[in-house]
Amino acid sequence: MKCERCSQRPATVHLTQVINNKKTEMSVCEYCASELQQEAWGFDPQFNLHHFLGSLMGHEYNPQVETIEENTCPKCGISHNRFAKVGLLGCSDCYDTFKAQVIPLVKRIHGTAQHTGKVPQRTGGRAKINKEIKVLRDQLQDAVQREEFESAAKLRDQIKSLEQELS
Amino acid sequence: MGLKDAINNIHGRWMNGDGPENDIVISSRIRIARNLRDMPFPNQMSQAEADSIFHAVHLAVSKDELKREFSAMELVKMSELSPVERRILMEKHLISPDLLKSYERKAVVLGNDEIISVMLNEEDHLRMQCLMPGLQLQGAWERINKLDDVLENTLDFAFSEQLGYLTACPTNVGTGLRASVMVHLPGLIMMNQINQVINAVSKLGLTVRGLYGEGTEAAGNLFQVSNQVTLGLTEEEIISKLTSVVKQLIDQERLARQTLYREQKHRLEDRIFRAYGTLKNARLLTSDEAMKYISDVRLGIDLNILEGLSGEVMTELIVMTRPAYLIKQNQKEMNSQERDIMRAEIVRSKLN
Repeated sequence: MKCERCSQRPATVHLTQVINNKKTEMSVCEYCASELQQEAWGFDPQFNLHHFLGSLMGHEYNPQVETIEENTCPKCGISHNRFAKVGLLGCSDCYDTFKAQVIPLVKRIHGTAQHTGKVPQRTGGRAKINKEIKVLRDQLQDAVQREEFESAAKLRDQIKSLEQELS
Repeated sequence: MGLKDAINNIHGRWMNGDGPENDIVISSRIRIARNLRDMPFPNQMSQAEADSIFHAVHLAVSKDELKREFSAMELVKMSELSPVERRILMEKHLISPDLLKSYERKAVVLGNDEIISVMLNEEDHLRMQCLMPGLQLQGAWERINKLDDVLENTLDFAFSEQLGYLTACPTNVGTGLRASVMVHLPGLIMMNQINQVINAVSKLGLTVRGLYGEGTEAAGNLFQVSNQVTLGLTEEEIISKLTSVVKQLIDQERLARQTLYREQKHRLEDRIFRAYGTLKNARLLTSDEAMKYISDVRLGIDLNILEGLSGEVMTELIVMTRPAYLIKQNQKEMNSQERDIMRAEIVRSKLN
C-alpha cells in the first residue's frame, strides 16, 4: 500500500487525528507522518505537555478567524495565539476571556468542567453556600433514613435559609 | 533548625523508615496549586510583581495563627542560595526542578520539620506540598488542607464557582491537587510486569513517572504514581482512588517478590549479596550503579535476606549519592571520576 499523502513511498504509519470531534484516519509513509506532525505542532521542535495542550486548542480554533482578529486578555495582555503556543494562561481572568476555547479544552482533559472539591471559606461566595447545601442535603437523607425526624426538620430549615441567601 | 538544616542535614522526615507499607512505599506527597486573584500568573509576571508575592506570603506565614498550627516557617528566596544549595533542596524533593530555572523570581517557604514546603512563583503563585514517609496520603492532605485554610485567611485566592481554583495550566484547574506516591518496584521489573502495570494504571486516570517527576527516568526501580485529573472529583475522592490503586500495586509487588524468592531463591540471593558486596567494597561508583545496587540491597532488607540494615539508610544513600550533595560535602566542584570516588567512599562508610 502506498502513502495516501504523497503516493510515492510505502505507507508504514497509521495516523488518527481528531479535529472538532471529527475523526480522520490515514495511512502514510514515515516521512509524511513526521511532516504532518510538525504541521500540527506549528513547526515547534519542542514537545512537552504545554505545547501539546496548545496544539489541542489550536485545532479547536478556526485558523481563518485567527488572522482577522486576535483575542487578547484585557488584564494580562496575552493573546489566544500565545496561549496556544505555550499552553499556559497569563492570569485568572484569561479563563473568562478565552472561555470559548478553554472550557472545551478543560472538558477534554478532565472529562468535566464542573468543580466539586474544596471551596475557599472566606472568598468562596455562592460556591461555598452551594457546597454547604450539598453537605446538609446528604445529612438530611441520612437523618430521614434513620427516622430521626426532629433533626431532619432542623436540617431542612437550615437548607431553606441557605437557599434564600442564594436567591 | 530550618533552612540551614534542610541543606546540611541529609536526613529529611520523609526518609524515616517508619511510614505505613514502608517495604514498598518510600513516601507520599500532596501538592496543591493556588494563585492570588489580582496578579498575573508567574509566566507573565514582572520582577516587582514577583517581589510583591514574596511580601504577601511572608506576611501570611508570619501570622500567629499559622505559628500555632505549624512550627515556624521561613521564606527563602532562591537568589539567596548558592546553585549547589538549590540543587540539594531539589534532590531532597523539597522543591521541584522548575524552581532552579529563572530563580530570581522564585522562593520557598520551609517548615522546621521539612514535611511542608511552599514553592513561590513556580508555575503557579503558590504550590504547597506535604511530604511524608510511607503510604499516608490522607495524613498529608489533612496537613495541607489546614495550611491552605490558614493562608486563605490572609490571601485572596483565584477561584471560580465553575472551575474551582484557577491555575496557569488547565491541567491543574479545579482542586489544584496532585497526590503522588513514590514506590519501589524491583519485583515487578524483574518479573517483566512493569509495562503492563503502567498501562493498567494509566487507564485509571493516573500516571506513572520516574523518580524526579515529569520526564525523568525510573532510576533505582523507583516510580511515582500520581493522579492526572484534578477537576470533577473532590480532594478526598482523588486521594482514596490513588490510595486504593497503590494498595493493589503493593499487593502485586509483594506477590512478585514472593514468587521470585520461591522460584529463583539462589539467583535472587546472589544478586542481593553481590550488590551488597559491591556497595561495601567498590572504590568507584557511578550514580546509576549506586542506584541499581541500592535498590537490590533495599529489596534484600525488605525480604529479610539481609539482616541488621535498615531501609531508612538506603533512602538516605539515594539522596547522599546524588551529584549536588557530593559537591556540597566536598566544598568544591569535582569531575565525574572524583565524584565516583567520593560516592563510593560515602557508601562504604555508611555500610561498614
